[in-house]
Amino acid sequence: MNTLAAAAAPRAMSPQRRLGIALLVGTALLWLAGLLAGSDGWTLSPWQALAALADPGHDWHLVVAQIRAPRTLGAWAVGALLGLAGALAQGLFRNPLADPYLLGSAAGASLAVVLVLALGTVLGAGAAAGTGIGLGSGNGVGPARDLLAAADQVGVVGAAFIGALVGIALTLMLARGAAQTLRLLLAGVVVGVMLTAVSDLVTTAVPQALRGRQSFMLGNTALLGWGSVGWLVAGLALALPLAWRLARVLDALALGEDSARSLGLPLAQLRLALVALLALATGLAVSQAGLIAFVGLVAPHLVRRCVAVTHGTLLVASAAAGGALLLAADVAARSLLAPQELPVGVLTAVLGGGYLLWLLQRRRAGA
Amino acid sequence: MSLWPSRSLSPAPLPAPSPSPSPSLSLSLSLSLSMPSLSPPSPSPPSPSQSAAPVLACRGLVVRLGSRTVLDGLDATLRPGWTAVVGPNGAGKSTWLRALAGLLPVAAGSVTLGGRPLADWAPRDRARQLAWLAQQDADAGGADLLARDIVRLARLPHTGLTGALSAADEAAVAAAMAETEATAYGARRLGELSGGERQRVLLARALAVQAPVLLLDEPTAHLDAPHQRALLAGLRQRAAAGATVVTVLHDLTLALAADRVLVLAGGRVGAEGPPSDPALRRALCEVFDHALQIVAVPGDDAAAPRWVALPALDAVQNPAPIRR
Repeated sequence: MNTLAAAAAPRAMSPQRRLGIALLVGTALLWLAGLLAGSDGWTLSPWQALAALADPGHDWHLVVAQIRAPRTLGAWAVGALLGLAGALAQGLFRNPLADPYLLGSAAGASLAVVLVLALGTVLGAGAAAGTGIGLGSGNGVGPARDLLAAADQVGVVGAAFIGALVGIALTLMLARGAAQTLRLLLAGVVVGVMLTAVSDLVTTAVPQALRGRQSFMLGNTALLGWGSVGWLVAGLALALPLAWRLARVLDALALGEDSARSLGLPLAQLRLALVALLALATGLAVSQAGLIAFVGLVAPHLVRRCVAVTHGTLLVASAAAGGALLLAADVAARSLLAPQELPVGVLTAVLGGGYLLWLLQRRRAGA
Repeated sequence: MSLWPSRSLSPAPLPAPSPSPSPSLSLSLSLSLSMPSLSPPSPSPPSPSQSAAPVLACRGLVVRLGSRTVLDGLDATLRPGWTAVVGPNGAGKSTWLRALAGLLPVAAGSVTLGGRPLADWAPRDRARQLAWLAQQDADAGGADLLARDIVRLARLPHTGLTGALSAADEAAVAAAMAETEATAYGARRLGELSGGERQRVLLARALAVQAPVLLLDEPTAHLDAPHQRALLAGLRQRAAAGATVVTVLHDLTLALAADRVLVLAGGRVGAEGPPSDPALRRALCEVFDHALQIVAVPGDDAAAPRWVALPALDAVQNPAPIRR
């Protein structure tokens, strides 16, 4: 994109504006594609899809308005949150290979999901059904039923969200705050390993939870409804402006911790605020769609390749790029092998891994 | 550390602050040191550093890094003017500068800025008073940021975290970039620049704070000779106008152009004084294991170190003198 755009019209438009327009147009097209692509392939024309969305009497209204539209918006919002979280993490750790799951959120969310599923199994829930990966309403008795009812109320989604936050909180506790990057990073690794071990232990004891855990770890956008979209969009609307306001901390941090502090920034508190934003964005995304791989890592990379911008723009553009990436993967997951659906997490991993591989090859070639 | 090839075959172990250097010396020095833009102001009036009120003061300063005591009861007073901090590797120069900037925990003793303990200053107020330039290391970050955006960060203490840069802020940024001749790279990423170009951008970042106290760790690193000279001339101007400029310099030729030289050794101040002070010169020679002599530059009020030739260098036939 860099070279192509530079060759096209060097004076006409700044690279930022060009990227902005590309992201806007791309996102609009992907939203439309999200309405068109289904498990039966691409059967609707764009006009039909828009008509079905607007007209409650349309044959396709239910499918388009209640399944495809929320799934499309939801996948985009999950990707946007992950892109934002990735840019935050990479700025916070001054490391372009940092990803949003680094601080124990992924392991925490997985453990919470596993615990809820195992609890449901142990307490005698029958068929699991409900939000996300699913949890049944209880047929147990006495306190078991109460516990189960409570777990059901929180649901897998809520548990994953809380688990992600608890994972990050544990990391912060182990690191004794966010003052030191390296300690934070190591604590994140420790929490990740420990909580994953606990998850392993629980699934060994209750193998029924294994399936749910696996589907959570793969990531899934298929079950996103309007309720999920509400949460995701609200989270994005909260996190993005706050991140924008704190973005110059990340610019200053890029010069080094001491330089940032010499500019009068109270780094410990500001880092904590940034970690809180990271936790919110990651927790929300993970709770609604599971552990989608690579979007948070790759989106900021893509943006940085195209334009040299300060973190304010980088955060917003990474969110936009993350949304577009995950939505593209989601559309592909729906339609590539229709009527079979691919797990979207597999697709993002293949795409993201391929991109990094390509980057590596370019570096090696001396580009 | 730069070695100065010398044709003198009889290195004396004592400093030679003689007013009439031998002809052979004057030859080697006129080759090695010609800094017209650095010629000091008229020598007669007392330099500002001796009369003005102290700006930064350290009393019994102890700083530990890990288990190592780097600064061990350091006493020093810094006044307006240009002070060059010199000393052997590991003497604690950079550590002291970081402590002066309030970036290190103080184990004992005190650092005061304008009479107030440094820790009592609000971070943002302190940042407007003290501009600190880090020693440039190879893996410094910010590679993806534009040079101009990096210099703009200097205005953070003035604008606050979320404030927009005013016209005055932008003017300060432009002036600093013009001073270090970094304007041309404004729209390039820091990571695309050479070491010297990067240093000029980072210098502009420090200058654009427009702080009355400048703490610069190896500001001339990676710079070519003309830019070293221009930078030091600019710093001298600031110092003459009342700024307190503290530079850690490993290059003694440059350090001896300062108003005052402060010799750091073993975590304390070994000696301090104007470059012309014989006691300071003796201390310098001692600190550097008598590997150098300091001689006056004829026809100039400056002094220069003359490195005692190494046997290996003597063996080289007619070594070409290094020109500055």
